[in-house]
Amino acid sequence: MSSTATRAAQSAAGPASAGPDAGVSNPGPSAEPGGPQGPENPQSRGPATDYADYRLVPSRHPWRWVGTAVVALGVAAVAWSLATNPRWEWGVVAQWFTAQSVVNGLVETLKLTAISGALGFVLGFILALMRLSASPLLVSVSWTFSWIFRSTPLLVQMLLWYNLGYLYEKISLGIPFTDVRFFEVQTTTLISQFAAAVLGLTLNQAAYSAEIIRGGILSVDQGQLEAAAALGIPAWRRSTRIVLPQAMRAILPTAFNEIIGLVKGTSIVYVLAYSELFYTVQVIYNRTQQVLPLLLVATLWYVVITSVLSVFQYYIERHYSKGAVRTLPLTPLQKARRFFATHAAASDNRARSTR
Amino acid sequence: MSTAVAAPEHPTAPAATRGLVEITKVRKSFGATEVLKGITLTVEPGGVAVIVGPSGSGKSTLLRTINHLEKVDGGFIAIDGELVGYEVRGKRLHELREKDILKQRTEIGMVFQNFNLFPHLTALENVTEAPVVAPRSGKPRLTKAEARERGLELLDRVGLKDRAGAYPRQLSGGQQQRVAIARALALDPKILLFDEPTSALDPELVNEVLDVIRELATSGTTLIIVTHEMGFARDVADTVVFMDQGQIVEQGAPQDIFTNPQEERTRSFFSKVIEPAFNI
Repeated sequence: MSSTATRAAQSAAGPASAGPDAGVSNPGPSAEPGGPQGPENPQSRGPATDYADYRLVPSRHPWRWVGTAVVALGVAAVAWSLATNPRWEWGVVAQWFTAQSVVNGLVETLKLTAISGALGFVLGFILALMRLSASPLLVSVSWTFSWIFRSTPLLVQMLLWYNLGYLYEKISLGIPFTDVRFFEVQTTTLISQFAAAVLGLTLNQAAYSAEIIRGGILSVDQGQLEAAAALGIPAWRRSTRIVLPQAMRAILPTAFNEIIGLVKGTSIVYVLAYSELFYTVQVIYNRTQQVLPLLLVATLWYVVITSVLSVFQYYIERHYSKGAVRTLPLTPLQKARRFFATHAAASDNRARSTR
Repeated sequence: MSTAVAAPEHPTAPAATRGLVEITKVRKSFGATEVLKGITLTVEPGGVAVIVGPSGSGKSTLLRTINHLEKVDGGFIAIDGELVGYEVRGKRLHELREKDILKQRTEIGMVFQNFNLFPHLTALENVTEAPVVAPRSGKPRLTKAEARERGLELLDRVGLKDRAGAYPRQLSGGQQQRVAIARALALDPKILLFDEPTSALDPELVNEVLDVIRELATSGTTLIIVTHEMGFARDVADTVVFMDQGQIVEQGAPQDIFTNPQEERTRSFFSKVIEPAFNI
């Protein structure tokens, strides 16, 4: 912008007393020029023309509106069919949604997710530290673990663990790569459906989360560790106070992906006839033949769990972004509050000014 | 070549009795490259040594061996007569256990070129972290309340008391480096190491950091500073050490080494880095 235009803008903004964009936001300034603004009146080139008082008109995007309309139509069509097609049998869905057996299945699903998720991430953390350690043995053990459990289908792992219980019925000790605590809990020579499910899900989860956590730790600048070491901060404190909180920013989005995947992944334990949510609805629709409505029941519950987890994810990520961004963005709740506050204030002002 | 650094001549300085740094025949290689080729240097208690030289000359590596961030391949470093990172057993030097190394490091503060502040902690939390958790020799750890009080005092000293609650990313580069200096001071070290403390700063922010270091130079703490700020080196140093290709080429009082360098390499280096307008 030329210096003359700047000066003109400042002088124009003066009487409006609303900053340099007063000419844009104010729809009817008294100084708005009338005739000479028209496009059929070509202005001569050069700094002599003063555009400072002209209104700015944003460019139009007609195709954006066309696209929006098409998508809105599609959404409406889907919603209409969902609501009106009687074969969805929403009445049946409502009837079974909170049935005792379904809720029991839901609880089992949540239990499997929580236990396998927690144990999987703890084991994954240990595996990640092993992988980053200076010992070649620990590194290769950790690498091999991830290699094996990431390269076999979860279904196979599940059946393998369950059948191991039969195969080694008389042996109660010495199965490699297992966590002894499960056997203490069971105190039998058999692996129960629950133990097999937890074992399979945990070990599989650990293999994936090890890589996620390792990636997070690697993403923290080496200078952070150096500075902490130079200050004499002990090793455990360097990991927990300096590195992990910073690694969490890289870990969390992928970790929540994994947890949400695990919620639905638990449905694979139906092969063990373990009565979690998915197996429960299968049992019901095999009896009642209402297949689609009951699958909808399960689906809706998975949607509910995922939605709740997404809210947690938002706030946990926000917590760990402290210091990583200059100012934290507002939460949806804060945005809503601010909107209503300003909205109320604005309407208040309007009411006062019209009075 | 003399290796002794003259004691500080600041009239206001308290008679420093701690912080004698003796570096003896230190060698260090990275792969096939020998970056330190037998460095011997003594810095007296309370002295201010400024190390200058072209990049790749081993200045930063030397600095990092002083607090054992970099292990030496040969030679040794002693602070007030105590070996850094090693202990003598028979005719061998055994590396100390992690905990004892950490104890030694609490006596040696370090300020980095890239600040390395902990971005998820506030300025005050950055300063108070180490005094609460670091193992000290002969001194108890501070309680959280004591550390907080001391932290605010130090932030005040570097002119940032009102920014105690700010996160590093909310501070300018100069402010971040001043917080980093306060953090290094929080353990009340005998020695402070500065690794190009102003190299990552915008030119107009350099002086606010240099002013803080100038003030420290009169406090009786031993300072070893790697820098490219020649004017600052002349002002603050007792001794200027010129390094090139892993060796100390020349050292001496700033007025001598800047005006009358004895070695051709020193002369050629200064002729490149000192601006024509810089009059000595």
